[in-house]
Amino acid sequence: MSAVSPSRRAVLAGGGALVIGFSLHRSAVAQDAAAPAELPGDLAKEPLLDAWLRIGGGGDITVFTGKAELGQGLKTALVQLAAEELVVAPEMVRLITADTALTPNEGYTAGSHSMQDSGTAIRNAAAQARRLLVARAAGLLQLPAAKLQAKGGTVVAADGRRLGYGELVGNDLLHVKAAPQSTFIAAKRRRLIGEDVPRIDLPAKVAGGAAFVQDLRLPNMVHGRVVLPPAYSARLRSVDTAAASRLPGVLKIVEDGSRLAVIAETEPQAIRAMATLAASANWDEAPDLPDPANLFETLAALPAETVPVHDGPGDMPSGANVLEARYRRAYQMHGAIGPSCAIGLFDGDALTVWTHSQGVYPLRAALAQLCGLPLAKIRCIHREGAGCYGHNGADDAAADAALLAMALPARPVRVQWMREQEHTWEPYGSAMLVHVRGAVDALQHIVAWDYTVRSSAHATRPGGAGNLMPAWHRARPIAQPAPQPLPLPEGGGDRNAVPLYAIPRLRVMYDFIPAMPLRASALRGLGAYMNIFAIESFVDELAKAAGAGAIDFRLAHLADPRAKAVINTAAARFGWEGFFRAEGHGRGFAFARYKNLAAYLGLAVEVAVDHESGGVRLVRATAAVDAGEAINPDGIKNQIEGGILQAASWTLYESVRFDRSRILSRDWSSYPIMRFSQAPDAVEVHVLDQPGQPFLGTGEAAQGPIAAAIANAIADAVGVRMRDIPITPEQVKAAIGV
Amino acid sequence: MITLTVNGRTHRLEIEPATPLLYVLRGELGQNGAKFGCGFGECGACTVIVDGEPVFSCLLPAIAAAGRKITTVEGLGTPAKPSPLQAAFIAEQAAQCGYCTAGMITRAQALIDRNPSPSESEIRAWMEPNLCRCGTYLRIIRAVRRLAEAWAKAHPGAPEEASR
Repeated sequence: MSAVSPSRRAVLAGGGALVIGFSLHRSAVAQDAAAPAELPGDLAKEPLLDAWLRIGGGGDITVFTGKAELGQGLKTALVQLAAEELVVAPEMVRLITADTALTPNEGYTAGSHSMQDSGTAIRNAAAQARRLLVARAAGLLQLPAAKLQAKGGTVVAADGRRLGYGELVGNDLLHVKAAPQSTFIAAKRRRLIGEDVPRIDLPAKVAGGAAFVQDLRLPNMVHGRVVLPPAYSARLRSVDTAAASRLPGVLKIVEDGSRLAVIAETEPQAIRAMATLAASANWDEAPDLPDPANLFETLAALPAETVPVHDGPGDMPSGANVLEARYRRAYQMHGAIGPSCAIGLFDGDALTVWTHSQGVYPLRAALAQLCGLPLAKIRCIHREGAGCYGHNGADDAAADAALLAMALPARPVRVQWMREQEHTWEPYGSAMLVHVRGAVDALQHIVAWDYTVRSSAHATRPGGAGNLMPAWHRARPIAQPAPQPLPLPEGGGDRNAVPLYAIPRLRVMYDFIPAMPLRASALRGLGAYMNIFAIESFVDELAKAAGAGAIDFRLAHLADPRAKAVINTAAARFGWEGFFRAEGHGRGFAFARYKNLAAYLGLAVEVAVDHESGGVRLVRATAAVDAGEAINPDGIKNQIEGGILQAASWTLYESVRFDRSRILSRDWSSYPIMRFSQAPDAVEVHVLDQPGQPFLGTGEAAQGPIAAAIANAIADAVGVRMRDIPITPEQVKAAIGV
Repeated sequence: MITLTVNGRTHRLEIEPATPLLYVLRGELGQNGAKFGCGFGECGACTVIVDGEPVFSCLLPAIAAAGRKITTVEGLGTPAKPSPLQAAFIAEQAAQCGYCTAGMITRAQALIDRNPSPSESEIRAWMEPNLCRCGTYLRIIRAVRRLAEAWAKAHPGAPEEASR
């Protein structure tokens, strides 16, 4: 029972619910926020507490994030943070994710930013809300705040009196700007931060609950399918829509330039009509893709803008031992297990799109341009899709759904791409080239390093409609804008291009190729995957030339104790010293700090190389990761384990195949990825928690290190240096010379 | 008219006989578990159990499933009351995005039903048709092993691998 003070009536006068004015008043308040940059995380972008957190009159708690669940466990970690700081059970917190009508604009869910941006904002907002609730209770109960405690959704006094959060909140308590500083729940009172709280989304996912946008069924929903051109260059010459339009269930056929689509009552009907339409379409296409046999030569010859990344002296001192190497990486795909899907609904006035896009706000802007609607008439709502690992077909499928919804108002139109559409039209991770020269002296120091990385764009996400593929095919097309290199410190192709090692003469350049022979955009880690592969491979090459061990050599060039800690931990837990080298087996090591500003990762692996076939198997991997303060250690482990397996798959098996006109990687046979039999025997991840330290992005931290560790282990196993990704059996066999 | 028995319930459906079972489960019966992944039987996201065998529901015409016992992940347990295997997936947090999960669980259930205590190598070989892009293979193996070990503990006299 709550003891009610006389003034409680006044608190409740406003109805107790804090739902008014949240978005209406936002811009007005934001304008007088003089120095929002001082606020932690994305509070800097959206300083109002009630943009992040609302408490209803009944005490119900709703938390808002502009970030999206991508399978990385974001929802669980954010609920942990909010529930911890509000001192409630996680079940009491309802979380709303990216929705342009409801949540803050936090841009894209990308770059391993979610915890540092949104997690930081929500934790601070919740902690400040708690203090405001306690302060208001102190006023009502006429007690000092220090005599009160927030607990389980109430503020409790030592004398037993208590007031529920819903009674305290009124309609204005949280409609205030955040303060730069928060007081977090003391370490000894924590129940949730640092605990392996089970993922809140898994019970539905293991039992067939509606968990994905693919599972969303709206009343009167119909099904759309698109016929995509067979090649980038293909333009529709002619099509006979008559046969398809006569098929059962077909409601609408859309022909708009080279854009063909169909809407039918059921999904099988839509698929059949799509196939009929595709069979009757004639296309003109040109052999405008590079000769795959000379892909890297083509890339090397394309015009590039040189971006100085670290503009130091790049010359090699005389007398030092100078090494030179070139590393290459093929085009690789995201390869989501579920093809992209979206639902659009146009009611004649406003458009709603349910999408697994990584950025609902940028997508909304792009759709406004594409559909010719004002921003205010479009709402984009995130619903989960299959893991995307970057910019895949999600936004394009959302554009398809939007255009089809506009063509058939008042009925929700669900569009799902077919497998070959996802494989052939998603934007790939760009092929890349690295050229590096380095020198070591007699004291086993790296004394000079001259490094150039070259690639196409690593970010062509929508913002403008020109980055939505369906816009290119319309009768009035919107051309893709010229891609731009992403700025440092995070960078795109030059992400992680600067080694963290202390090197007195250091020069790093990025040759950004504006052209995109194959469509390219953000794939997990962007350039970091290739740069870390090249840097950590070359460091091993230099260590060998200097006669130094892989671990000692790295440690000798690092000052940061956190970097050293992950290296030492990974090496020790792996059993680096005393490693037993079975026939054909080898050990390899790699280290990186993602983006040179996020999570630290040390990684040791064992591989087995089959002498006959040249096939390489990752046998085991041991990682140590420092992600700052660990909110959910098992969530971090899952991300690192998954990153190791996924990027081992990239490194050993994956390369987009194409001919002079078409993409040939159309399915999982023509683009094989790791299967159960190829998965390592064991992966161990050790989380080095740093209580009180900022969150450091983790989701992409393993991608580069695993590639280099594998190559280094192959060198250890069979004495050959593999510098091309993917490291195919044919190349290994040729290098071994069997 | 086709009669399908799904998770113990019989449905009489006016559908094209050649419609792949996947679209019947999702479109006609409103199920979510079986997922469209590739449509070629290359990824296993659509896996369901038919007469004890794991099958790709994206390839199986509905008519070919008529009169047979179809089990989907919905038939094993519910979010509130998961089956032992579903509970093992939760215990091992054996998912990231979870899109492949239902197919993984149905395929693994068909293994557990014939061999309650499979070894790791048997699990890997059995699960080979199903793809996970997030890289959770090792957690999935652990989830199945968790069940296998629990069975072995409860049946101390039984041979190590019960199917032999």
